Amino acid sequence: MLSALLVMAGIAIVLGAVLGYSAVKFRVEGNPLVDKIDAILPQTQCGQCGYPGCRPYAEAIASGEADINRCPPGGEEGIRKLADLLGVEFKPFGGGTVLKPKAVAFIDENLCIGCTLCFQACPVDAIAGAAKQMHTIIASECTGCELCVDPCPVDCISMVPLRENIATWKRQYPVFTLVAAK
Amino acid sequence: MRTLFKFNGGIHPPGNKERSTQRGIARAPLPAKLVIPFRQHAGEAARPVVRVGDHVLKGQLIGMPDGYFSSAVHASTSGTIAAIAAQPIAHPSGLPDLCATLIPDGREEWIPHAAVDYRNSDPAELRQHLRMCGVVGLGGAVFPSDLKLRPLRGHPNKDIGTLILNGAECEPYITCDDMLMRERAAEIVQGAEMLRFMLEAGEVLIGIEDNKPQAVAAMRQAVADSGLPFEVVVVPTIYPGGSAKQLIRVLTGLEVPSGKLPTEIGVQCFNVATACSVYRALAHGEPLLSRIVTITGNVRRAQNYEVLLGTPVQELVALGEALPDTDRYIMGGPMMGLPLSSTAIPLVKASNCIIAASDKLFPPAPPALPCIRCSRCAQVCPADLQPMDLFWFSQSREFDKAQQFSLFDCIECGACSYVCPSHIPLVQYFQFAKSEIRAREQDQRAADHARERHEFREYRIEREKQEKAERLAAREQAAKQAQPPAASATPADDAQQKIQAAIARAREQAAASRPKNTDNLTAQQQAEIAEIEARRAKAHERAEPAGEVADNHSEGRSQ
Ligand code: SF4
Ligand code: SF4
Ligand code: SF4
Ligand code: SF4
Repeated sequence: MLSALLVMAGIAIVLGAVLGYSAVKFRVEGNPLVDKIDAILPQTQCGQCGYPGCRPYAEAIASGEADINRCPPGGEEGIRKLADLLGVEFKPFGGGTVLKPKAVAFIDENLCIGCTLCFQACPVDAIAGAAKQMHTIIASECTGCELCVDPCPVDCISMVPLRENIATWKRQYPVFTLVAAK
Repeated sequence: MRTLFKFNGGIHPPGNKERSTQRGIARAPLPAKLVIPFRQHAGEAARPVVRVGDHVLKGQLIGMPDGYFSSAVHASTSGTIAAIAAQPIAHPSGLPDLCATLIPDGREEWIPHAAVDYRNSDPAELRQHLRMCGVVGLGGAVFPSDLKLRPLRGHPNKDIGTLILNGAECEPYITCDDMLMRERAAEIVQGAEMLRFMLEAGEVLIGIEDNKPQAVAAMRQAVADSGLPFEVVVVPTIYPGGSAKQLIRVLTGLEVPSGKLPTEIGVQCFNVATACSVYRALAHGEPLLSRIVTITGNVRRAQNYEVLLGTPVQELVALGEALPDTDRYIMGGPMMGLPLSSTAIPLVKASNCIIAASDKLFPPAPPALPCIRCSRCAQVCPADLQPMDLFWFSQSREFDKAQQFSLFDCIECGACSYVCPSHIPLVQYFQFAKSEIRAREQDQRAADHARERHEFREYRIEREKQEKAERLAAREQAAKQAQPPAASATPADDAQQKIQAAIARAREQAAASRPKNTDNLTAQQQAEIAEIEARRAKAHERAEPAGEVADNHSEGRSQ
């Protein structure tokens, strides 16, 4: 009886020591779940989810504060991936979120006064220009977040929807009449 | 006799090849208009290097290869560039793509071109020459040939033991390679020797299915005439035995591992028509301007034509005299072909066959039934896949699982759909799933890129803040250094001195604000003041000597 107790206590102490040691030794910096969620989010940094960027939203999801269906640029595909990652049910977009077609910003260069406000708003540095100089969008870097549109004092930024071309085209889900077996 | 191997699966659809092999290859007449797409090859579209209104010569470069994975495009005849604009092309999306419209002048005036002495040239130069001649695989994949001739650097098996010429042509109806081998066997053999030379390959095997005895005879004759040690191997007719991986398996017994290139197991494979265009490019300096196309199906005159690239499909249809009940056209074969949305679409490097189709010839498939898991599809799959599982994952959008089940090994041959008793259009689901996965990967790359840029921006803003702070600090430092050395005493002293200075200033101010009406007083005024002072002193005696205390206090502080 006593030896059994001693053995059990010994095992408990050893395991406790191992756990304590690994807690110190293999400490993870930051929250790995946040990284995983952030990797799924489209990084448009648009703030449409109600958070100031993708990472803050990822943190909010990880802490259970936000739902997974708030990111319009990610689309249903994104919700599905988040649901998969977090082991929760897929849910459609929350109240009144509109899915917009992919677009890039365009600056009417005749109107631009070079105030640099759009440049300061762009989360991915996709706007080139300097003070009192005309600004222009680097279309290949623009994520379509629309954050530069509002700050412009002369309203010269518009969003141009991207048209599908052969390089970006993808196949539709095959539509076939499946006859139910009787 | 060489021992042949077998691949699993395969089907035996009716060949329907006899009709279009009754007549020899004819040259299609010069059309009134050519529409030459800048994307006729796998990879990036070529970049236009001519302008509207330019007069071009036959063989003149009009599209420059754009990037590593690209190829050149040429004017198929001499004439004037009438437009450079998006036009419908043969693509499953039905979307238009950039094309040059060429109005021929009928003179067929060639640009100067010369043969290349390939035996005394650097392989890299030869590859560049083929690239600038727009030579791509004519079997259907239109992969730039120069890239297939690149040596594998740093790979243990970088020697090519076997070069295979693919003359299997397994898909029903198509006979362009068959006719080419019958009529231009010598050119193909010369082209094969050029490819062998560039690859430094060991043996050369020419694989031809046993339903083309005349092509086999012609090729054997040409090999014998050339005196080259090539071997023409007759392989059994089975669909899709002409697919590169399957032909490699049959001829060498080697299996190309999933996601690997044939060169990694020491084999390279070219279509016979590609060999022929390599010959034309090196022996005559001619870029790829035309190809052999079969017109067959629901037509009066099935035949093979040599057509200039960019010829609209309707020209070929007119030559074949399509029957009145023809209601659609297919580019390619009945198994893997692409239904055309219009006959104005141009014939390109990938077009091997045009089939006029009618409901009589190709009855529409009955409505699909649910999968009964009979596994017939798995029995015929030449890529050893489980199509029923792939179908399940594709239709439920479980793309990760589809990928785990090697979706990308599917060659989209359609054998599974062909045998499925439930008539499920399996291949269309696989194409959908592949397209979705590719789009996802593209989105993921874009997101990663955006994340990087965003993080860099945050870092940049942080860095700018820091730099600003440092600049400010530096400026202050400089200002201090300009002051007398006393200022740079210990911080405690420094503070003390500042306090002293402040007190001195306050005193001065206080002195300056002394009542100005206390000088030059009359005797009466003096008397009044004295009286008031006396009252004050009395009040002080009664209460606390507040004024004194305040005074002492301030004195104490100043010491
Ligand atoms: S809504 Fe915009 S900011 Fe929020 S996670 Fe999606 S892309 Fe990022
Ligand atoms: S905010 Fe508008 S005006 Fe100012 S720099 Fe940008 S585009 Fe020009
Ligand atoms: S052949 Fe058709 S029905 Fe049979 S297992 Fe395959 S997909 Fe299912
Ligand atoms: S289409 Fe794909 S899955 Fe179907 S038989 Fe061919 S290789 Fe196999």
